[in-house]
Amino acid sequence: MSEHDSSQSPPDRRPLIALAWVWVGAPLAYGLYELVQKATQLFTG
Amino acid sequence: MPPAALSVHLSIGQAYAWSVFKPPLESALGLSGTQSALPFQLGIVMLGLSAAFGGTLVERNGPRWAMTVALICFSSGFLLSSLGAATEQYWLIVLGYGFVGGIGLGIGYISPVSTLIKWFPDRPGMATGIAIMGFGGGALIASPWSAQMLESFGSDSSGIALAFLVHGLSYAVFMLLGVLLVRVPRSEKPVESAPSAFEGPQVSARNAVRTPQFWCLWVVLCMNVTAGIGILEKAAPMITDFFKGTSTPVSVSAAAGFVALLSAANMAGRIGWSSTSDLIGRKNIYRLYLGVGAVMYGLIALFGDSSKPLFILCALVILSFYGGGFATVPAYLKDLFGTYQVGAIHGRLLTAWSTAGVLGPLIVNWIADRQEEAGKSGSALYGLSFVIMIGLLVVGFVANELVRPVDVRHHIPAPREAADVGARQQPESA
Repeated sequence: MSEHDSSQSPPDRRPLIALAWVWVGAPLAYGLYELVQKATQLFTG
Repeated sequence: MPPAALSVHLSIGQAYAWSVFKPPLESALGLSGTQSALPFQLGIVMLGLSAAFGGTLVERNGPRWAMTVALICFSSGFLLSSLGAATEQYWLIVLGYGFVGGIGLGIGYISPVSTLIKWFPDRPGMATGIAIMGFGGGALIASPWSAQMLESFGSDSSGIALAFLVHGLSYAVFMLLGVLLVRVPRSEKPVESAPSAFEGPQVSARNAVRTPQFWCLWVVLCMNVTAGIGILEKAAPMITDFFKGTSTPVSVSAAAGFVALLSAANMAGRIGWSSTSDLIGRKNIYRLYLGVGAVMYGLIALFGDSSKPLFILCALVILSFYGGGFATVPAYLKDLFGTYQVGAIHGRLLTAWSTAGVLGPLIVNWIADRQEEAGKSGSALYGLSFVIMIGLLVVGFVANELVRPVDVRHHIPAPREAADVGARQQPESA
Protein backbone atom coordinates (compact mmCIF):
# COMPACT_ATOMS: atom_id res chain seq x y z
CA MET A 1 0.00 0.00 0.00
CA SER A 2 1.42 3.38 -0.96
CA GLU A 3 1.96 5.97 1.73
CA HIS A 4 1.00 8.65 -0.79
CA ASP A 5 -2.41 9.24 -2.26
CA SER A 6 -2.19 10.47 -5.82
CA SER A 7 -5.91 10.48 -6.63
CA GLN A 8 -9.30 10.91 -4.99
CA SER A 9 -10.62 7.91 -3.06
CA PRO A 10 -12.42 5.57 -5.45
CA PRO A 11 -15.97 4.51 -4.45
CA ASP A 12 -14.93 0.94 -3.64
CA ARG A 13 -12.89 2.24 -0.69
CA ARG A 14 -16.06 3.07 1.20
CA PRO A 15 -16.44 -0.37 2.87
CA LEU A 16 -12.84 -0.12 4.07
CA ILE A 17 -13.46 3.36 5.43
CA ALA A 18 -16.63 2.17 7.17
CA LEU A 19 -14.76 -0.79 8.66
CA ALA A 20 -11.99 1.52 9.86
CA TRP A 21 -14.50 3.79 11.61
CA VAL A 22 -16.20 0.80 13.25
CA TRP A 23 -12.76 -0.49 14.32
CA VAL A 24 -12.06 2.70 16.29
CA GLY A 25 -15.67 3.65 17.03
CA ALA A 26 -16.71 0.44 18.80
CA PRO A 27 -14.16 0.59 21.64
CA LEU A 28 -14.72 4.33 21.96
CA ALA A 29 -18.48 3.74 22.31
CA TYR A 30 -17.73 1.16 25.02
CA GLY A 31 -15.53 3.66 26.85
CA LEU A 32 -18.18 6.38 26.59
CA TYR A 33 -20.87 4.01 27.87
CA GLU A 34 -18.75 3.17 30.92
CA LEU A 35 -18.06 6.88 31.41
CA VAL A 36 -21.76 7.79 31.37
CA GLN A 37 -22.49 5.01 33.88
CA LYS A 38 -19.87 6.44 36.23
CA ALA A 39 -20.73 10.10 35.65
CA THR A 40 -24.37 9.55 36.65
CA GLN A 41 -23.10 8.72 40.15
CA LEU A 42 -22.48 12.45 40.59
CA PHE A 43 -26.22 13.02 40.54
CA THR A 44 -27.34 9.77 42.17
CA GLY A 45 -24.44 8.90 44.50
CA MET B 1 -6.77 9.12 7.72
CA PRO B 2 -8.76 10.04 10.89
CA PRO B 3 -9.38 6.37 11.85
CA ALA B 4 -5.67 5.66 11.32
CA ALA B 5 -4.76 8.51 13.68
CA LEU B 6 -7.44 7.48 16.16
CA SER B 7 -6.25 3.87 16.28
CA VAL B 8 -2.86 5.09 17.49
CA HIS B 9 -4.08 7.79 19.88
CA LEU B 10 -6.85 5.63 21.40
CA SER B 11 -4.15 3.05 22.15
CA ILE B 12 -1.45 5.25 23.63
CA GLY B 13 -4.08 7.15 25.63
CA GLN B 14 -4.07 4.03 27.82
CA ALA B 15 -1.25 5.72 29.72
CA TYR B 16 -3.75 7.78 31.72
CA ALA B 17 -5.35 4.53 32.96
CA TRP B 18 -2.12 3.26 34.55
CA SER B 19 -3.65 3.85 38.01
CA VAL B 20 -5.77 0.70 37.47
CA PHE B 21 -2.58 -1.39 37.77
CA LYS B 22 -1.22 0.41 40.83
CA PRO B 23 -3.11 -1.32 43.69
CA PRO B 24 -2.62 -4.88 42.31
CA LEU B 25 1.10 -4.22 41.71
CA GLU B 26 1.50 -2.78 45.19
CA SER B 27 -0.03 -5.84 46.85
CA ALA B 28 1.52 -8.43 44.51
CA LEU B 29 5.08 -7.06 44.55
CA GLY B 30 5.06 -5.23 47.89
CA LEU B 31 5.52 -1.75 46.41
CA SER B 32 4.79 1.68 47.86
CA GLY B 33 2.48 4.13 46.10
CA THR B 34 5.47 6.16 44.93
CA GLN B 35 7.18 3.07 43.50
CA SER B 36 4.07 1.88 41.66
CA ALA B 37 3.75 5.31 40.00
CA LEU B 38 7.28 5.06 38.52
CA PRO B 39 6.37 3.35 35.20
CA PHE B 40 3.76 6.05 34.46
CA GLN B 41 6.05 8.91 35.46
CA LEU B 42 8.94 7.58 33.39
CA GLY B 43 6.50 7.01 30.52
CA ILE B 44 5.40 10.68 30.56
CA VAL B 45 9.02 11.87 30.75
CA MET B 46 9.90 9.62 27.80
CA LEU B 47 6.83 10.90 25.94
CA GLY B 48 8.14 14.46 26.15
CA LEU B 49 11.74 13.51 25.35
CA SER B 50 10.97 11.19 22.43
CA ALA B 51 8.50 13.70 20.94
CA ALA B 52 11.09 16.48 21.27
CA PHE B 53 14.07 14.53 19.95
CA GLY B 54 12.23 12.14 17.60
CA GLY B 55 10.12 14.78 15.87
CA THR B 56 12.64 15.40 13.11
CA LEU B 57 12.94 11.65 12.46
CA VAL B 58 9.15 11.43 12.21
CA GLU B 59 9.15 14.24 9.63
CA ARG B 60 11.98 12.59 7.69
CA ASN B 61 10.67 9.02 7.67
CA GLY B 62 6.94 9.65 7.45
CA PRO B 63 3.88 8.73 9.50
CA ARG B 64 3.85 5.02 8.63
CA TRP B 65 7.37 4.61 9.96
CA ALA B 66 6.42 6.60 13.07
CA MET B 67 3.28 4.57 13.70
CA THR B 68 5.25 1.34 13.25
CA VAL B 69 7.84 2.51 15.78
CA ALA B 70 5.03 3.53 18.16
CA LEU B 71 3.34 0.14 17.74
CA ILE B 72 6.55 -1.81 18.36
CA CYS B 73 7.60 0.26 21.37
CA PHE B 74 4.18 0.53 23.01
CA SER B 75 3.40 -3.16 22.52
CA SER B 76 6.91 -4.32 23.51
CA GLY B 77 6.61 -2.22 26.65
CA PHE B 78 3.61 -4.29 27.72
CA LEU B 79 5.32 -7.57 26.76
CA LEU B 80 8.41 -6.66 28.82
CA SER B 81 6.13 -5.68 31.69
CA SER B 82 4.38 -9.03 31.41
CA LEU B 83 7.74 -10.76 31.74
CA GLY B 84 8.57 -8.51 34.68
CA ALA B 85 5.31 -9.33 36.47
CA ALA B 86 5.63 -13.07 35.79
CA THR B 87 9.17 -13.16 37.20
CA GLU B 88 8.39 -10.53 39.87
CA GLN B 89 11.18 -8.30 38.57
CA TYR B 90 9.70 -4.83 38.99
CA TRP B 91 12.58 -3.08 37.23
CA LEU B 92 11.50 -4.84 34.04
CA ILE B 93 8.05 -3.26 34.34
CA VAL B 94 9.61 0.19 34.85
CA LEU B 95 11.93 -0.37 31.89
CA GLY B 96 9.22 -1.90 29.70
CA TYR B 97 6.17 0.26 30.33
CA GLY B 98 8.05 3.42 31.31
CA PHE B 99 11.09 3.59 29.06
CA VAL B 100 10.27 1.48 25.97
CA GLY B 101 6.52 2.13 26.11
CA GLY B 102 7.16 5.83 26.78
CA ILE B 103 9.07 6.14 23.49
CA GLY B 104 5.99 4.66 21.81
CA LEU B 105 3.84 7.29 23.52
CA GLY B 106 5.92 10.22 22.26
CA ILE B 107 6.41 9.00 18.70
CA GLY B 108 2.79 7.83 18.51
CA TYR B 109 1.47 11.17 19.80
CA ILE B 110 3.12 13.24 17.09
CA SER B 111 2.95 10.62 14.30
CA PRO B 112 -0.35 11.68 12.67
CA VAL B 113 -0.25 15.43 13.37
CA SER B 114 1.46 16.87 10.30
CA THR B 115 -0.19 14.31 8.01
CA LEU B 116 -3.67 15.24 9.27
CA ILE B 117 -2.91 18.92 8.71
CA LYS B 118 -1.85 18.15 5.14
CA TRP B 119 -5.06 16.19 4.52
CA PHE B 120 -7.30 18.93 5.91
CA PRO B 121 -5.41 22.18 5.21
CA ASP B 122 -8.46 24.40 5.69
CA ARG B 123 -9.61 22.63 8.89
CA PRO B 124 -6.41 21.78 10.75
CA GLY B 125 -8.01 22.38 14.14
CA MET B 126 -10.74 19.84 13.51
CA ALA B 127 -8.27 17.34 12.04
CA THR B 128 -5.83 17.38 14.94
CA GLY B 129 -8.73 17.66 17.39
CA ILE B 130 -10.01 14.25 16.24
CA ALA B 131 -6.66 12.57 16.85
CA ILE B 132 -5.86 14.28 20.13
CA MET B 133 -9.40 13.60 21.34
CA GLY B 134 -8.42 9.95 20.87
CA PHE B 135 -5.64 10.34 23.41
CA GLY B 136 -8.26 11.46 25.95
CA GLY B 137 -10.56 8.64 24.88
CA GLY B 138 -7.85 6.01 25.31
CA ALA B 139 -8.12 6.11 29.09
CA LEU B 140 -11.90 5.86 28.94
CA ILE B 141 -11.54 2.56 27.10
CA ALA B 142 -8.56 1.18 28.99
CA SER B 143 -9.73 1.99 32.49
CA PRO B 144 -12.82 -0.29 32.61
CA TRP B 145 -11.25 -2.82 30.22
CA SER B 146 -8.09 -3.26 32.30
CA ALA B 147 -10.11 -3.41 35.54
CA GLN B 148 -12.34 -6.15 34.14
CA MET B 149 -9.31 -8.07 32.90
CA LEU B 150 -7.64 -7.98 36.32
CA GLU B 151 -10.91 -9.14 37.87
CA SER B 152 -10.96 -12.13 35.51
CA PHE B 153 -7.26 -13.05 35.60
CA GLY B 154 -6.69 -12.22 39.28
CA SER B 155 -4.65 -9.48 40.92
CA ASP B 156 -1.63 -11.63 41.78
CA SER B 157 1.59 -11.41 39.78
CA SER B 158 0.57 -14.09 37.25
CA GLY B 159 -2.81 -12.37 36.70
CA ILE B 160 -1.09 -9.01 36.16
CA ALA B 161 1.41 -10.68 33.79
CA LEU B 162 -1.42 -12.16 31.74
CA ALA B 163 -3.23 -8.81 31.67
CA PHE B 164 -0.07 -7.05 30.41
CA LEU B 165 0.38 -9.75 27.76
CA VAL B 166 -3.19 -9.35 26.49
CA HIS B 167 -2.78 -5.56 26.47
CA GLY B 168 0.45 -5.78 24.45
CA LEU B 169 -1.00 -8.11 21.84
CA SER B 170 -4.37 -6.34 21.60
CA TYR B 171 -2.86 -2.88 21.18
CA ALA B 172 -0.46 -4.22 18.53
CA VAL B 173 -3.40 -5.50 16.47
CA PHE B 174 -5.44 -2.35 17.09
CA MET B 175 -2.63 0.03 16.10
CA LEU B 176 -1.89 -2.01 12.98
CA LEU B 177 -4.91 -0.37 11.37
CA GLY B 178 -3.17 2.98 11.60
CA VAL B 179 0.04 1.60 10.12
CA LEU B 180 -1.83 0.05 7.19
CA LEU B 181 -4.17 2.96 6.44
CA VAL B 182 -2.03 6.05 6.94
CA ARG B 183 -1.39 7.94 3.70
CA VAL B 184 0.21 11.29 2.92
CA PRO B 185 -1.43 13.51 0.27
CA ARG B 186 0.81 14.70 -2.53
CA SER B 187 1.92 18.31 -2.25
CA GLU B 188 0.87 18.93 -5.84
CA LYS B 189 -2.71 17.91 -5.16
CA PRO B 190 -3.90 18.78 -1.69
CA VAL B 191 -7.15 17.06 -0.78
CA GLU B 192 -9.04 20.23 0.04
CA SER B 193 -9.28 22.76 -2.74
CA ALA B 194 -8.13 25.82 -0.83
CA PRO B 195 -6.03 26.89 0.85
CA SER B 196 -3.17 24.57 0.08
CA ALA B 197 -1.39 22.94 3.00
CA PHE B 198 1.86 24.00 1.41
CA GLU B 199 1.09 27.71 1.14
CA GLY B 200 2.18 30.40 3.57
CA PRO B 201 5.31 30.59 5.72
CA GLN B 202 7.45 27.47 5.98
CA VAL B 203 9.87 27.34 8.90
CA SER B 204 12.17 24.48 9.84
CA ALA B 205 12.10 23.02 13.35
CA ARG B 206 15.64 24.24 13.94
CA ASN B 207 14.64 27.82 13.05
CA ALA B 208 11.30 27.63 14.85
CA VAL B 209 12.87 27.16 18.29
CA ARG B 210 14.88 30.34 17.67
CA THR B 211 11.77 32.46 17.26
CA PRO B 212 9.93 34.30 20.08
CA GLN B 213 6.69 32.88 18.67
CA PHE B 214 7.70 29.33 19.61
CA TRP B 215 8.50 30.33 23.18
CA CYS B 216 5.34 32.43 23.51
CA LEU B 217 3.35 29.35 22.49
CA TRP B 218 5.43 27.24 24.88
CA VAL B 219 4.36 29.54 27.73
CA VAL B 220 0.73 29.55 26.50
CA LEU B 221 0.58 25.74 26.44
CA CYS B 222 2.41 25.34 29.74
CA MET B 223 0.12 27.80 31.57
CA ASN B 224 -3.06 26.35 30.07
CA VAL B 225 -2.08 22.77 30.94
CA THR B 226 -0.95 23.76 34.45
CA ALA B 227 -4.34 25.37 35.08
CA GLY B 228 -6.19 22.25 33.88
CA ILE B 229 -4.03 19.87 35.89
CA GLY B 230 -4.67 22.09 38.91
CA ILE B 231 -8.26 20.83 38.88
CA LEU B 232 -7.67 17.38 37.38
CA GLU B 233 -5.00 16.34 39.87
CA LYS B 234 -7.17 16.69 42.95
CA ALA B 235 -10.68 16.66 41.49
CA ALA B 236 -12.19 14.03 43.78
CA PRO B 237 -10.82 15.32 47.12
CA MET B 238 -11.39 18.91 45.97
CA ILE B 239 -15.15 18.58 45.40
CA THR B 240 -15.46 16.59 48.64
CA ASP B 241 -13.55 19.27 50.62
CA PHE B 242 -15.50 22.13 49.05
CA PHE B 243 -18.88 20.82 50.21
CA LYS B 244 -17.82 19.00 53.39
CA GLY B 245 -19.41 21.39 55.82
CA THR B 246 -22.44 22.28 53.69
CA SER B 247 -25.98 20.93 53.51
CA THR B 248 -25.06 19.13 50.26
CA PRO B 249 -21.92 17.03 51.01
CA VAL B 250 -20.41 14.98 48.19
CA SER B 251 -20.08 11.19 48.65
CA VAL B 252 -17.10 9.13 47.42
CA SER B 253 -19.11 7.66 44.51
CA ALA B 254 -20.43 11.11 43.54
CA ALA B 255 -16.84 12.42 43.55
CA ALA B 256 -15.88 9.55 41.19
CA GLY B 257 -18.77 10.62 38.98
CA PHE B 258 -17.39 14.18 39.00
CA VAL B 259 -13.98 12.89 37.85
CA ALA B 260 -15.65 10.97 35.03
CA LEU B 261 -17.57 14.06 33.97
CA LEU B 262 -14.32 16.04 33.88
CA SER B 263 -12.83 13.38 31.56
CA ALA B 264 -15.82 13.83 29.25
CA ALA B 265 -15.34 17.62 29.25
CA ASN B 266 -11.63 17.18 28.56
CA MET B 267 -12.38 14.95 25.57
CA ALA B 268 -15.24 17.08 24.22
CA GLY B 269 -13.05 20.19 24.49
CA ARG B 270 -10.40 18.56 22.31
CA ILE B 271 -12.66 18.15 19.30
CA GLY B 272 -15.16 20.95 20.04
CA TRP B 273 -12.88 23.90 20.79
CA SER B 274 -10.22 22.82 18.31
CA SER B 275 -12.81 22.71 15.52
CA THR B 276 -14.14 26.10 16.65
CA SER B 277 -10.64 27.52 16.26
CA ASP B 278 -10.91 26.90 12.50
CA LEU B 279 -13.79 29.39 12.48
CA ILE B 280 -12.69 32.07 14.95
CA GLY B 281 -8.91 31.79 14.69
CA ARG B 282 -6.22 30.33 16.88
CA LYS B 283 -5.34 33.50 18.77
CA ASN B 284 -8.97 34.15 19.65
CA ILE B 285 -9.57 30.62 20.91
CA TYR B 286 -6.56 30.85 23.23
CA ARG B 287 -7.88 34.22 24.46
CA LEU B 288 -10.99 32.25 25.40
CA TYR B 289 -9.07 29.37 27.04
CA LEU B 290 -6.86 31.67 29.08
CA GLY B 291 -9.14 34.67 29.71
CA VAL B 292 -12.40 32.83 30.42
CA GLY B 293 -10.38 30.12 32.21
CA ALA B 294 -9.10 32.78 34.64
CA VAL B 295 -12.67 34.04 35.16
CA MET B 296 -13.84 30.46 35.86
CA TYR B 297 -11.11 30.01 38.47
CA GLY B 298 -12.13 33.34 39.99
CA LEU B 299 -15.79 32.24 40.20
CA ILE B 300 -14.82 28.97 41.90
CA ALA B 301 -12.59 30.81 44.38
CA LEU B 302 -15.28 33.38 45.22
CA PHE B 303 -18.56 31.46 45.04
CA GLY B 304 -17.60 27.78 44.49
CA ASP B 305 -18.47 26.57 47.96
CA SER B 306 -21.90 28.20 47.93
CA SER B 307 -23.18 26.56 44.75
CA LYS B 308 -22.43 23.02 43.66
CA PRO B 309 -23.79 23.52 40.10
CA LEU B 310 -21.57 26.59 39.69
CA PHE B 311 -18.50 24.69 40.96
CA ILE B 312 -19.17 21.78 38.61
CA LEU B 313 -19.90 24.02 35.62
CA CYS B 314 -16.73 26.09 36.10
CA ALA B 315 -14.58 22.96 36.54
CA LEU B 316 -16.06 21.44 33.37
CA VAL B 317 -15.34 24.59 31.37
CA ILE B 318 -11.74 24.69 32.67
CA LEU B 319 -11.21 21.03 31.73
CA SER B 320 -12.71 21.56 28.28
CA PHE B 321 -10.20 24.41 27.79
CA TYR B 322 -7.42 22.12 29.02
CA GLY B 323 -8.28 19.55 26.34
CA GLY B 324 -8.86 22.26 23.75
CA GLY B 325 -5.43 23.74 24.43
CA PHE B 326 -3.73 20.44 23.63
CA ALA B 327 -5.72 19.86 20.46
CA THR B 328 -5.50 23.37 19.02
CA VAL B 329 -1.77 23.89 19.40
CA PRO B 330 -0.70 21.88 16.31
CA ALA B 331 -2.98 24.05 14.15
CA TYR B 332 -1.56 27.20 15.79
CA LEU B 333 1.94 25.93 14.95
CA LYS B 334 0.85 25.25 11.38
CA ASP B 335 -0.47 28.83 11.07
CA LEU B 336 2.84 30.26 12.30
CA PHE B 337 5.44 27.87 10.93
CA GLY B 338 3.70 26.08 8.03
CA THR B 339 3.44 22.36 7.45
CA TYR B 340 7.08 21.82 6.48
CA GLN B 341 8.21 20.42 9.86
CA VAL B 342 5.14 21.02 12.00
CA GLY B 343 5.33 17.54 13.57
CA ALA B 344 8.90 18.11 14.73
CA ILE B 345 8.05 21.59 16.07
CA HIS B 346 5.03 20.13 17.88
CA GLY B 347 7.29 17.49 19.43
CA ARG B 348 9.60 20.17 20.81
CA LEU B 349 6.66 22.16 22.15
CA LEU B 350 5.43 19.16 24.14
CA THR B 351 8.22 19.79 26.66
CA ALA B 352 5.79 22.45 27.94
CA TRP B 353 3.42 19.59 28.79
CA SER B 354 6.14 17.77 30.76
CA THR B 355 6.88 20.99 32.67
CA ALA B 356 3.20 21.60 33.40
CA GLY B 357 2.82 17.98 34.48
CA VAL B 358 5.25 18.71 37.30
CA LEU B 359 4.18 22.30 37.99
CA GLY B 360 0.38 21.84 38.26
CA PRO B 361 0.25 19.00 40.82
CA LEU B 362 3.15 20.56 42.74
CA ILE B 363 1.33 23.86 43.22
CA VAL B 364 -2.02 22.36 44.24
CA ASN B 365 -0.66 19.59 46.47
CA TRP B 366 2.01 21.65 48.18
CA ILE B 367 -0.36 24.52 48.97
CA ALA B 368 -3.16 22.21 50.15
CA ASP B 369 -0.70 20.42 52.48
CA ARG B 370 0.61 23.71 53.90
CA GLN B 371 -2.92 25.06 54.43
CA GLU B 372 -3.93 21.84 56.17
CA GLU B 373 -0.92 22.13 58.45
CA ALA B 374 -2.05 25.69 59.24
CA GLY B 375 -5.35 24.26 60.46
CA LYS B 376 -7.48 25.22 57.47
CA SER B 377 -10.08 22.94 55.90
CA GLY B 378 -12.70 22.76 53.15
CA SER B 379 -12.46 25.23 50.28
CA ALA B 380 -9.83 27.25 52.20
CA LEU B 381 -7.29 24.54 51.27
CA TYR B 382 -7.43 25.59 47.63
CA GLY B 383 -8.00 29.37 47.67
CA LEU B 384 -4.33 30.32 47.25
CA SER B 385 -3.82 27.68 44.51
CA PHE B 386 -6.68 29.20 42.55
CA VAL B 387 -5.21 32.70 42.85
CA ILE B 388 -1.89 31.33 41.52
CA MET B 389 -3.72 29.57 38.67
CA ILE B 390 -5.40 32.86 37.73
CA GLY B 391 -1.98 34.52 37.71
CA LEU B 392 -0.53 31.78 35.48
CA LEU B 393 -3.46 32.07 33.08
CA VAL B 394 -2.92 35.83 32.86
CA VAL B 395 0.76 35.18 32.04
CA GLY B 396 -0.38 32.77 29.31
CA PHE B 397 -2.89 35.35 28.04
CA VAL B 398 -0.15 37.98 27.72
CA ALA B 399 2.14 35.47 25.95
CA ASN B 400 -0.65 34.75 23.48
CA GLU B 401 -1.09 38.48 22.83
CA LEU B 402 2.63 38.71 22.02
CA VAL B 403 2.37 36.13 19.23
CA ARG B 404 2.99 37.78 15.85
CA PRO B 405 3.62 36.32 12.37
CA VAL B 406 7.11 34.84 12.08
CA ASP B 407 9.73 37.14 10.58
CA VAL B 408 10.57 36.22 6.98
CA ARG B 409 14.26 35.76 7.85
CA HIS B 410 13.26 32.52 9.62
CA HIS B 411 11.41 31.16 6.56
CA ILE B 412 13.10 28.54 4.44
CA PRO B 413 14.37 30.22 1.24
CA ALA B 414 11.92 28.89 -1.32
CA PRO B 415 8.72 27.83 0.41
CA ARG B 416 7.21 25.98 -2.51
CA GLU B 417 10.40 24.15 -3.31
CA ALA B 418 11.05 23.30 0.32
CA ALA B 419 7.53 22.00 0.78
CA ASP B 420 8.08 19.68 -2.14
CA VAL B 421 11.31 18.54 -0.55
CA GLY B 422 9.43 17.94 2.67
CA ALA B 423 6.85 15.88 0.84
CA ARG B 424 9.52 13.89 -1.02
CA GLN B 425 11.06 13.00 2.33
CA GLN B 426 8.10 10.69 2.87
CA PRO B 427 8.96 7.28 1.33
CA GLU B 428 6.91 6.64 -1.76
CA SER B 429 6.26 3.15 -3.04
CA ALA B 430 3.90 1.76 -5.60
